[in-house]
Amino acid sequence: MITALLLFWPALAALLVLLLKGQAARTVAFVAALIEFAISLVALVGFNSASGSMQMALSFPWIESLGIGFTIGMDGISLLMVLLTTFLVPLIVLSSFRHPVKNPNAFYALILFMQTGLIGVFVSLDAFLFYFFWELALIPVYFIAAIWGGARRVPVTIKFFVYTIFGSLFMLAAFVYLYLQTPGNHSSEVFAFYNLNLSSESQSWIFWFLFIAFAIKMPVFPFHTWQPDTYTESPTQATMLLSGIMLKMGIYGVLRWLLPVVPYGVSQWADVVLVLSIIGIIYASIIAIRQRDLKRLIAYSSIAHVGLIAAGIFTLNEQGLQGGVIQMLSHGINVVGLFFIIDIIFSRTNTREITSLGGITQHAKALSICFMILLLGSVALPLTNGFVGEFLLLSGVFQYNYWFGGVAGLTIILGAVYMLRMFQGVMFGPKSVATEVFTDLTLNEKAVLIPLVIMVFWIGLFPNTFLSISEPAVGNLLNIINR
Amino acid sequence: MNQIPEVIRTIPLEYYLFFSTALFAIGVIGVLTRRNAIVIFMCVELMLNAVNVLLTSLSAYRADASAQAFVFFIMAVAAAEVCVGLAIIVMTYRNIRSTDVQLLNYLKW
Amino acid sequence: MALLCLLVPMLPFLGFVLNGLGNRKLANGLVSLIGCGTVLAAFLISIYLFLDFTANGSRAYTVDFYNWISVGDMRIGFSFLIDQLTLLMMLMVTGIGFFIHLYSAGYMSHDENFGKFFSFINLFMFSMLLLVMGSNYVMMFVGWEGVGLCSYLLIGFWNKNTNYNNAAKKAFIMNRIGDLGFLLGIFLIFITFGSVSYPQVFAEAARYAGGVDSGVMIAITMLLFVGAMGKSAQIPLFTWLPDAMAGPTPVSALIHAATMVTAGIYMVVRSNVLYVLAPTTLEVIAIVGVVTAVVAATIGLAQNDIKKVLAYSTVSQLGYMFLALGVMAFSSSLFHVLTHAFFKALLFLGAGSVIHAMSNEQDIRSMGGLRKYLPITFLTFLIGTLAIAGIPPFAGFFSKDELLAHVYEHSKLMWALGLLASFMTSFYMFRLVFLTFFGTFRGTEEQRHHLHESPASMTIPLIVLAVLSTVGGFLGIPAVFAENSHVLQNYLSPIYGFARVANAAAVAPLHIDHATEWMLMGISVAVAVIAAIIAYVMYVSKKTVPVPEGERLSPVHNLIYNKYYIDELYNTVIVRPVMWLSTVLYRFVDTVLVDGVVNGFGKFATQSGRTLRYAQSGTISFYVLMMVFSIVLILFLNFFIG
Repeated sequence: MITALLLFWPALAALLVLLLKGQAARTVAFVAALIEFAISLVALVGFNSASGSMQMALSFPWIESLGIGFTIGMDGISLLMVLLTTFLVPLIVLSSFRHPVKNPNAFYALILFMQTGLIGVFVSLDAFLFYFFWELALIPVYFIAAIWGGARRVPVTIKFFVYTIFGSLFMLAAFVYLYLQTPGNHSSEVFAFYNLNLSSESQSWIFWFLFIAFAIKMPVFPFHTWQPDTYTESPTQATMLLSGIMLKMGIYGVLRWLLPVVPYGVSQWADVVLVLSIIGIIYASIIAIRQRDLKRLIAYSSIAHVGLIAAGIFTLNEQGLQGGVIQMLSHGINVVGLFFIIDIIFSRTNTREITSLGGITQHAKALSICFMILLLGSVALPLTNGFVGEFLLLSGVFQYNYWFGGVAGLTIILGAVYMLRMFQGVMFGPKSVATEVFTDLTLNEKAVLIPLVIMVFWIGLFPNTFLSISEPAVGNLLNIINR
Repeated sequence: MNQIPEVIRTIPLEYYLFFSTALFAIGVIGVLTRRNAIVIFMCVELMLNAVNVLLTSLSAYRADASAQAFVFFIMAVAAAEVCVGLAIIVMTYRNIRSTDVQLLNYLKW
Repeated sequence: MALLCLLVPMLPFLGFVLNGLGNRKLANGLVSLIGCGTVLAAFLISIYLFLDFTANGSRAYTVDFYNWISVGDMRIGFSFLIDQLTLLMMLMVTGIGFFIHLYSAGYMSHDENFGKFFSFINLFMFSMLLLVMGSNYVMMFVGWEGVGLCSYLLIGFWNKNTNYNNAAKKAFIMNRIGDLGFLLGIFLIFITFGSVSYPQVFAEAARYAGGVDSGVMIAITMLLFVGAMGKSAQIPLFTWLPDAMAGPTPVSALIHAATMVTAGIYMVVRSNVLYVLAPTTLEVIAIVGVVTAVVAATIGLAQNDIKKVLAYSTVSQLGYMFLALGVMAFSSSLFHVLTHAFFKALLFLGAGSVIHAMSNEQDIRSMGGLRKYLPITFLTFLIGTLAIAGIPPFAGFFSKDELLAHVYEHSKLMWALGLLASFMTSFYMFRLVFLTFFGTFRGTEEQRHHLHESPASMTIPLIVLAVLSTVGGFLGIPAVFAENSHVLQNYLSPIYGFARVANAAAVAPLHIDHATEWMLMGISVAVAVIAAIIAYVMYVSKKTVPVPEGERLSPVHNLIYNKYYIDELYNTVIVRPVMWLSTVLYRFVDTVLVDGVVNGFGKFATQSGRTLRYAQSGTISFYVLMMVFSIVLILFLNFFIG
């Protein structure tokens, strides 16, 4: 029941927010998002983290004659993703308080509406329901980007939209095929898919159909080109939603709908995927070195990080998978924080060009500290969240293949190169014209950044709080894959 | 007095087939080649009736009345169609002072 | 006991938090009290732990705090291992660290970011203590990266200066190159031994079935050594250390001379059981060490910046230590780490005192005759120089001599090269002393006016370190003087227990007879003295002063003055190609090729729409014709093909 509440509460709140006029909408939206977070905490308390099975499940017939049900439930991985979503959305809403947006009711309603879509993706246990939420999550963010975005928003968002829809159609086709393979009266439940005995050839096909959909969403090289443009042109809140949460849909999709469904296909093609991912890591990192626009730089760094997550989970060993899960959380937190800091800097200087910034540490101590901590999380310094994830992921990849591990490990060097170059350009050095006057963090900005900073250390120091939640689920996943 | 199907059967089936095919082809060629909307319209009627002939003859030869039901349908639809079609042609004529279909290409790309 | 162990790193961490949050709010006095007090407390606790440890039979123990990361069979605990090696390092780090903190309280007193400085340097103490106290490789890596971060923050402490920031960035990135090797080494250790915790790994290694010099062992040890090369500034990853002198001088003393850069040696000594199983790696280490020692010493000959000379001397001395590791003289290497920490910290602090007096002038060409103005600094600096040059009875003599004796036993050629480096060390150090403290003052009138001896908070650490540099060598009195009085060796002996099991031939005591040892000792002292005399003749008698900037140098001089153009080489071979690649990948591959394909789909759709729309002619007869044609085609296909 609580799963359904989690799922529908934001949508209900969105309807309410839509009816409001003026800036009252944002307060209501923030409160609604906080309530949602509280609900998810209740779910966490009720969750039995020793079990790897689906909990708090709920099943209704939806299209009964076709065996399609409204089936939702959570295991450890889903729960962590839901918690990430419910934790980040209030902060994302709060981050927009600094400047009044146009048509606030529509803006906040869309954010909340998107939250329903995102949570739906993470709790769906039925292929068609999953597909439904998968597309549902796309629509609000498309409108946010296309209405409140930057100058080039229209072509960029259309490309983003069409590209991801293009990928989704492959997924739909694969789901329909899998659905038709289920015995008897057909079923689109996830466990029915797990129990299919597909030939290795059809597994190969299904693998690629599903992989393209997820790879575009993540995005994995070479399906990434929509991402830097979209991140750059979208308003910060949309960028945060996209990079912090939506990107995890792709990875989650791989974990839930790809690896256990077509294990033979995965074992046939894992090498190719790893090579693509690792190319992506190096490629995006190298590109990030020379980027001038801060948002674009973080966008490319995000591709590199996701490449490592993809590489890790396709190794199909416990370190890789657990590392992938924990890194999804870490990346969500770090990237949202970094985008917010870029937005803060942009709001004060009106520029995101590294070359026209500099010397901000001289004015803004709190900002520098928060920026530094999030950056260190991002370059995987030990005792921050990024380290745990990257350590486990690289360990997983290294166990899979020594050379892959070695090459993927270059990310820790290249990551330091582009991140420090950026930090130096923006924060150190002499002041520039744009940064001559610069106020430190306001209360509102601190309220967004401090929870993120706390999480950076929490995950870095006590990763077992989160690893233990997902451990049974990952073990279960591995059992299904290896049987 | 002979039954109508028997009368029909006095002529071999092939004759009907050839006749209706020819009639249909004339209709098609008419539609394709003529530019006057009314002529095209009449050619369309011609094609419909070619089918009617065919249906009737086959019905007679196979002693199956259901085909004749279709004939009645076609006649009824054709009547309705004539009403609407002619009305359209009249309206067109009032607007462009012509019934030449080549002039009606406003819907191109 | 667990609490006390935890307090050792946590006290400096507390200092970091307090000073960090209180920067520019707390008074300088309070800041230095917090900064120095926490480190002093850590030092005292370390002494207590040491006494407790020796009183209780010197048994190593681990202190577990909590399970940090556990995934599947990988369990990484947040825990400390207390044994001889750890305690030695703890004492050295906290002890020298405390004096350098004390010194900083005077040296940095005029800086507006006084609190920030203390918080960073306290954070460094925390990380360094984690590094040496951790009971598994991942904990060591935590400290390892932590000290790298602090090094970055402190080199770029004056971050308005872009050159300093570049130096900081370079240090961090070059360290990260090493860190990648270290990290991969940890993974390989985990795969091979199923654990990363020292007791388990070493016990497994001691009964390792693969034998000596197996591929896996060589791989593990080489990867770990890559980490050590980065952290301890060995060829080819040494160029960051001289640049790191951009940081405040106490930082150079603490991080870039005494403690952090010796982390690589600590790591190799800690992993001694792995290294004795891989003699090939040890050979590589010895070669890298000796080449670094010689190359860095030659560069040191021609530098004119007081801190740069010391920096190259540090690189060179670190080369010595690796040379000793390479010949399996682990204890000798640690001995040198210890004495080097004393005299190099002393030299850097002395240099800082000079720089302080000279109003931030670092060029020795503008100094001279300072012994009159800075008597304490001069005396202590001289002691440091005597120690590093290896003149008895100062500390450097004992450690360097012992080290060279081991090298002599291993390879005569390496010994000769080591001696050459020793000769150059003595020469450039005395050159530094003579140019700085002797002769006449060559600076500006304004600087002369400002010359003064440093305050007590700066001179006390100098004096303490000078005393340590003088007597520190007696920790390891060689057998020729008195049998069995090598305190350090006897103390450290238990940590090689597993190594003896794994490869008994290794870690054997010295085999050379006393006559040879006397001879070696005589040669190295003679070499040092000759070099000192040459320096005296050149810089005091003949009053030679290095040529000013911009004048022509002889080709050889030019080559070493410009550090063999290694920075330029790296720039051309690595940095620029990566930058070029970045531009090409972004401007061409990403935008044109990959995105071109994606946009190609879109363009194809719009273009085909644009072309095909002409079929929509609007002429009814054309549509009908097409319809008929299509029907005919379908019928045709149906009859003749289907």
